[in-house]
Amino acid sequence: MQIYLPIAEVSINAFLLLGLGGIVGFLSGMFGVGGGFLITPLLLFVGVPPGVAVATGANQVVASSISGVLVQMKRKGVDFRMGLVLLVGGFAGSFVGVKVFAWMTALGQIDLFVQLSYVLFLGLIGAMMFAESTRALLRARKAGAAAPIRRSHAHTWVHRLPLQMKFRTSGLYISVLPPAAIGAGVGFLSAIMGVGGGFILVPAMIYLLGMPTRVVVGTSLFQIIFVTGFTTIMHAINSQTVDMMLAFLLIMGGVIGAQIGARLSTRLKAEQLRIMLAILVLTVSFKIALDLLLQPAELFTVTPGLLP
Amino acid sequence: MIRALILLLALTAPAFANEALVSGLSQNRVQITANFDGSEILIYGAVKRDAPAPDGPPLEVIVTVEGPSTGLIIRRKERVAGIWLNRSSVTVDAAPSFYAVATTDKLDKILSGTEDLRHHITIPQVIRAVGISDEAENAPDFIEALQRIRLDESRYRIAERSVQLADETLFRTDIALPANLTEGNYKVRLFILRGGVVLDTQERLIAVRKAGLERFLYNLAHQQPLLYGVLSLVMAAVAGWAASAAFRFVR
Repeated sequence: MQIYLPIAEVSINAFLLLGLGGIVGFLSGMFGVGGGFLITPLLLFVGVPPGVAVATGANQVVASSISGVLVQMKRKGVDFRMGLVLLVGGFAGSFVGVKVFAWMTALGQIDLFVQLSYVLFLGLIGAMMFAESTRALLRARKAGAAAPIRRSHAHTWVHRLPLQMKFRTSGLYISVLPPAAIGAGVGFLSAIMGVGGGFILVPAMIYLLGMPTRVVVGTSLFQIIFVTGFTTIMHAINSQTVDMMLAFLLIMGGVIGAQIGARLSTRLKAEQLRIMLAILVLTVSFKIALDLLLQPAELFTVTPGLLP
Repeated sequence: MIRALILLLALTAPAFANEALVSGLSQNRVQITANFDGSEILIYGAVKRDAPAPDGPPLEVIVTVEGPSTGLIIRRKERVAGIWLNRSSVTVDAAPSFYAVATTDKLDKILSGTEDLRHHITIPQVIRAVGISDEAENAPDFIEALQRIRLDESRYRIAERSVQLADETLFRTDIALPANLTEGNYKVRLFILRGGVVLDTQERLIAVRKAGLERFLYNLAHQQPLLYGVLSLVMAAVAGWAASAAFRFVR
């Protein structure tokens, strides 16, 4: 069943879109990520224009994050104060990101910019996650080997900055500057890549801020809702590229996939999940890198301008 | 005096145009709804004449359908430091978003160069690109690429010998409009020719419009962008909440 998307102005099979949403929802339920890093390249692949793919991807991440944060709130896994600090930075980053996006579009380099961001960030995070989870898996194999002790309150340079604030749920007393900066970076990426940034936020909260793992996923989802929500509205106003019909189909597929994924994830070990996610992230990054390095079949691209 | 004038008209008229065109379309409106999957338009017509068909070169018919024109930017990728990126570009003033030419025979056989220039029939003639040679090296390559890309996407098509002509009088052709149509007025032009010269032309319009939900969403997105953005979020929020509620219920 073909469906005509009013903003993207292309006709795509509705079941294909439900399926894409389902796959991404499945992964997001399984690994606890928003899945934005997958949805944008997949949409580009099925023929959705880049601007629409990025903006609508952000809208889809809002839905999956809300679904996830409600579960986390029940478990008291959301540090609202930390979330708000991340948010302030996030809004600033997203605002700048949308402007840069518009500027790059005008220059004709938006595709390159989006692709480079994907290769760089996915490659980096994927490699780090892969290395870390492989070590964890090997350690688990070696029976009797003691797990390394990681202090929850390791004092680093982060703890010597001004504007200290108490974050009770996380049990932290640190400066607001690092979380605000991390939030800004994630907001910027959200606007450029159409992603929530969970894959950067989660490791940053654990390793840079020293937050307990218990509250990391919920807090990151909380911040992602608002940043991607803000990004969606900014794109809707600046470039009218949010396709509600497309978002609706992706979300419908996504919520079903997320349930299946969440159930399956309880049967697998945390290290196994992380290593699978790492491989997935690296594959996406590798595929995009190849597109940049190999000679494209068609050197020319046509971009419609305004009506004369 | 009046009688003499009528006689004069009757005598001279056939000499100017003894073959005229009558035509019709199967539909003059196309509505793009949610399940729109392309549309086929039947274009038919007849040649009206008040004397027997003249001897000499056979009658030929050309039908063109032209979608709304937009300005375009054509970019070319070049390898810079190992990475393929857009380097040079050419701006085209106006090129149709859709263009189909259907004919009774090979275009270069039935249409003379001067008539093509006058009536803008072939694809290069409908792409308006003035002064592009200053913008990039090998500027004509860009226009060629535009034609190649749009022919591949079936946005432009040349269907030679797809117009059926019976007894040099009745003709018909089907033109398929693709699913990825741009909104606007589509101009249908019909030409009858003999020996490469256009005898008569006619022009008709097909109005292509989004309808129903597509219309509503498109208008909302462009006229009330803030409201549209908020609505998108509300939809996402409701769907997200419903999913988590349904999940709890199932468990």
